[in-house]
Amino acid sequence: MTSAAPERVEAAPSQADPTVAMPGLEASAPPRRRRPVGDGPLATFAKLVLPPIALFVVLVVLVELVVVAAGIPPFVLASPSAIFDQLVQYAPQVLAATLATGLNALIGLLIGAIIGVLLAIAASVARPIDGMLAPVVAAVAVVPIVALAPVFYTLFGSTSEVARILIASIAAFVPVFLNTLRGLRQVRPVHRDLMRSYAATPSQLTRLVTIPSALPHFFTGLRIASSLAVISALVAEYFGGPRQGLGSAITTAAASSAYARAWAFVIGAILLGLVFFVLTSLIERIASRHR
Amino acid sequence: MSTPNPSTPAPHPSASGGATTATADATEAVVARGVERVFTGAKGAEVTALTGIELTVHDGEFVSLIGPSGCGKSTLLRLIADLDEPTAGEIRVFGKTSRQARIDQSYGIAFQQAGLLPWRTVAANIELPLQLHGADASTRRARVAELLELVGLADFAKHYPDQLSGGMQQRVAIARSLAEQPRLLLMDEPFGALDEMTRERMQTELLKIRAETGAAVVFVTHSIPEAVYLSDRVVVMSPRPGRITDEIDVRLGGAAERGEDLREDAAFFAGVTAVREALHGPEATPAAGAARGVDVR
Repeated sequence: MTSAAPERVEAAPSQADPTVAMPGLEASAPPRRRRPVGDGPLATFAKLVLPPIALFVVLVVLVELVVVAAGIPPFVLASPSAIFDQLVQYAPQVLAATLATGLNALIGLLIGAIIGVLLAIAASVARPIDGMLAPVVAAVAVVPIVALAPVFYTLFGSTSEVARILIASIAAFVPVFLNTLRGLRQVRPVHRDLMRSYAATPSQLTRLVTIPSALPHFFTGLRIASSLAVISALVAEYFGGPRQGLGSAITTAAASSAYARAWAFVIGAILLGLVFFVLTSLIERIASRHR
Repeated sequence: MSTPNPSTPAPHPSASGGATTATADATEAVVARGVERVFTGAKGAEVTALTGIELTVHDGEFVSLIGPSGCGKSTLLRLIADLDEPTAGEIRVFGKTSRQARIDQSYGIAFQQAGLLPWRTVAANIELPLQLHGADASTRRARVAELLELVGLADFAKHYPDQLSGGMQQRVAIARSLAEQPRLLLMDEPFGALDEMTRERMQTELLKIRAETGAAVVFVTHSIPEAVYLSDRVVVMSPRPGRITDEIDVRLGGAAERGEDLREDAAFFAGVTAVREALHGPEATPAAGAARGVDVR
């Protein structure tokens, strides 16, 4: 029997994280942190980034070869080199269109997130409000919101961006609302007991426990919402409205048989989606450290 | 339900209860009189979690509550902490109602789960009660440093809970419960989730901390050796309905004199046997009575 036990060398079983075991919306579990073992940061980076880049390059070259060798017409498949040419040539237009769509998506995301958070707070405070909202949110979640675009264009006029912003915000609202509400209900009983034992005031409980508990869930919702906002804002442009966004540019280019140019705008759309996704993922990761 | 006044032999002279007045209670850490807790489930089904509880914990005394699952030992602790309210009877903590004692922060509490706030560092977790009650920054810093030293985590002040082992997290929780120098510590199976080696080390550390602070402790456990090793008195409870069936004085010396050697001492084994017999009845002892949901490690 060891009488003088060594300090701080404890092989305690790691406690299961209750937030991970929760059933329900899969994407809502905050991401586990990746901890690369061994190697320096540079080597890790190379190991992580180089393989997908290599794959991408190989695929592009392959497509180029196939298109050129088989003489595939551009309306079937534009060659990567042609797309790149168009991208360089139309860079200012692609950028302008990306910014136009991006602005709609951003405003929509912010509006949807704010409404989502406010309603989630209301639902978490009062059960009746939750009961009223639940079926409405479920309905909104299953309706393809973009399908409403033509109706909204008639409603707000075809020169207004309001319809697109509205569509993006409705799409963003759902995941933010659901995840934030879940987060607000995620306060662990032991924390509640602890704060009660300290005779903490309701505002102390909210500020020091409820909000920090809910934050990672909110940011998870925001990450999911960001992609939805971009997709919705862009697809909504396919159905009419002002002709300055990526969606409009893609349809215009395709309609005038400029397939490589259409693809160039598609690349702009991909980059826009990536920016939204990467930024919100980063915020989410920072918010869910130490969980 | 059947026995409002349990057949408590009350071996401790002043634990006989009933006759003591409210003023005399002020010197006692905890006094429970005729406490009952009935839970009303769905469809009006009633479950008597506790009935006829008479318990006195003296100032500076270490009392363990032991019994099989469902005997209401955790419920009793929650009642003392005013995290729940009795359906009958009364609990006084240092002569005050348990509610007032909670508001006055007369006790510190530790749970089976460490219950640390994962977004706060170790130091910030320990200072949480001080922050809640408006202690100024320099007082907080000094007290946190003191407590970190006490639980042997001085090098981990800036770590986050997820970077610590289960045993270290529990030590942070204990430091936090001591932050406001309470005269009473309530502990609900604080070592229940730890492995046996860590657990024994933590028990010895708790004895050390208790010797330094001199606080009274109410300690819920389902481990007989743990109860005997730590306590001045072991209160044995039994379920359906939850009640106190026996109290056993453990005479193993003060907290400061207890050490790892005690675990192999004859007096320790005698205490373990006494508690085991109280839990299972003497006939169950020869077969090392491991059954009935009580941990006999």
